[in-house]
Amino acid sequence: MVLTTARPPDASIPRTRPAARRRTAWRENISGYVFLSPWLLGFVTIVAGPILVSLYLSFTRYSVLRSPKWTGLDNYRRMLTQDPTFWSALEVTLTYLVLSVPVVQVFALFLASMLNRGVRGSTVYRAIFYLPSLIGGSVAIAILWRYLFEGDGLLNNALGAIGISTQQSWIGSPDTALGTLIVLNVWQFGASMIIYLAGLRQVPAELYESAAIDGAGAFRRFRSITLPLLSPVIFFNVLMNVVTAFQAFNTAYIVSNGTGGPADSTLFYTLYLYQRGFVDFDMGYASALGWGLLVLVAASAAGLFALSRRLVFYGDQR
Amino acid sequence: MTIPAISAPRRARKHRAPQRPLTRQQFLRQLVLIALAVVMFYPLAWMLGASFRSDSAISDPGIWPGSQFTTSGYTEGWQGISGVGFGRFILNSFLVAALCVVANVVACAITAYAFARIDFRLRRLWFALMLGTLMLPHHVILIPQYLLFRHLGWINTYLPFVVPKLLATDAFFVFLLVQFFRAIPRELDEAARLDGCGHFGIFFRIILPLAKPALATAAIFTFIYSWNDFFTPLIYLNDPKLFTVPLALRSFIDTTSNSAFGALFAMSALSLLPVLGVFIAFQRLLVDGIATTGIRG
Repeated sequence: MVLTTARPPDASIPRTRPAARRRTAWRENISGYVFLSPWLLGFVTIVAGPILVSLYLSFTRYSVLRSPKWTGLDNYRRMLTQDPTFWSALEVTLTYLVLSVPVVQVFALFLASMLNRGVRGSTVYRAIFYLPSLIGGSVAIAILWRYLFEGDGLLNNALGAIGISTQQSWIGSPDTALGTLIVLNVWQFGASMIIYLAGLRQVPAELYESAAIDGAGAFRRFRSITLPLLSPVIFFNVLMNVVTAFQAFNTAYIVSNGTGGPADSTLFYTLYLYQRGFVDFDMGYASALGWGLLVLVAASAAGLFALSRRLVFYGDQR
Repeated sequence: MTIPAISAPRRARKHRAPQRPLTRQQFLRQLVLIALAVVMFYPLAWMLGASFRSDSAISDPGIWPGSQFTTSGYTEGWQGISGVGFGRFILNSFLVAALCVVANVVACAITAYAFARIDFRLRRLWFALMLGTLMLPHHVILIPQYLLFRHLGWINTYLPFVVPKLLATDAFFVFLLVQFFRAIPRELDEAARLDGCGHFGIFFRIILPLAKPALATAAIFTFIYSWNDFFTPLIYLNDPKLFTVPLALRSFIDTTSNSAFGALFAMSALSLLPVLGVFIAFQRLLVDGIATTGIRG
């Protein structure tokens, strides 16, 4: 800082001469890219680069040991026409997503509006409901879940204690195994609830009061005030939940011991990708699956954005 | 956008002094909330109880171990797997988490400063791309990343955990900090500039000190994610001496016979403690952080 040219302080204000302006712009560019350089390096080498490399690999057969062999659209053809496991994995992931995302929203919104009305101890409840979101993805909880729904697990024992006797293993049956994972996702509704709660705090109380004076009941007030004013938050939550649900992996892996069983009923798309890539070392095919996932996520996001243009209310601008 | 203060709205306080008895509706509401909290927490409490119970009594749905109380699950689990003690896994996890926290906070703060405060060419383009990576499924870059790290000889090292953090690839945290930095008044920058500060000076003397809550939020979330991370160790570690806790627990399942649940539950409960501690200590920062950016838990 010592070497700056001496300059009267007020000279910095009418500094509009083009040469000087160009010089500051140039300096801003340099500082900008200096600060941006770690991210930029990372973006190019371990994000954007790999996206392109995996696109390339998806057109090859590659088992790590030998160099990739170009096979054109073979992987994709195999994926779409000759691989029933791909379709079943896709179905499992979509079922998980379609069933759990709306239920999470309903729970989160219901509890948020309950806690928003100045319930006694609302900070404590908020903390209690939020905690599962922090630990729900951990291996420890997956282990607990596995035991919870086994034939001689906690759920059946608790049911037995109140007189309902069953030995059915919820984890072991293909009909219910995915259901236990959906329950686990719903158990983690707290993070969405906090976001809704923050959104609800922005809704002006006068709206509710005048609606109540006009004779609107609780349900009507929710439908005509809360829902439209909260719709941008709902959209955001649904979008992020969908993106996360596509990538669910940990619990399915632990609960099924990495197999996706019973009968592929918990073989999530990502788990299948992992198996092909890191168990079978079929890296070309796994890359094709990765690109399939990218397309699916992008299409879902685009669909949600299109839907939001009709359903989401963004204040006064229209 | 400033971080909204999340506390009970004042109008509600005015209407209901805490001394007044609950109305019927309020009572019902409390009942629903308590019931839900109990149902949600029963499995957790049960696991804690079961970790202190002998294996023969594990199927008891009650929580309190009572006469079955034993700490053998903990002593047995602490032995670890393949001759590596569980304490080692915990230390490994802490080491990885600490490295990730430092790398992530430093790199994301630098990146966020560029986006929030410097007017350089193509900033909007880079910012849009950064936001785009928020929704990028990790699995599409997984395989080339693995091949790259393997080529660099990073298998069985912690570099695949730390280097991506050092390069600020976790866009959520960049976004969180950009939001916070933008809320800091620009007049402060101007004043510092007149005093002869460049961007480095403004960054270190103005932005960083004022952004401490946001930096702390980022640090805490990074710690929790890193502590829970199962996928990265699954792919990059196969030497038991380097295992982090989640991977060690997974291997525990394989080596544990179906009757030895005590040790498995004991170590699982133990593995949740650091997250619980962080949660209790920094609850407010976590809640505010998620309310502003929608970081997933």
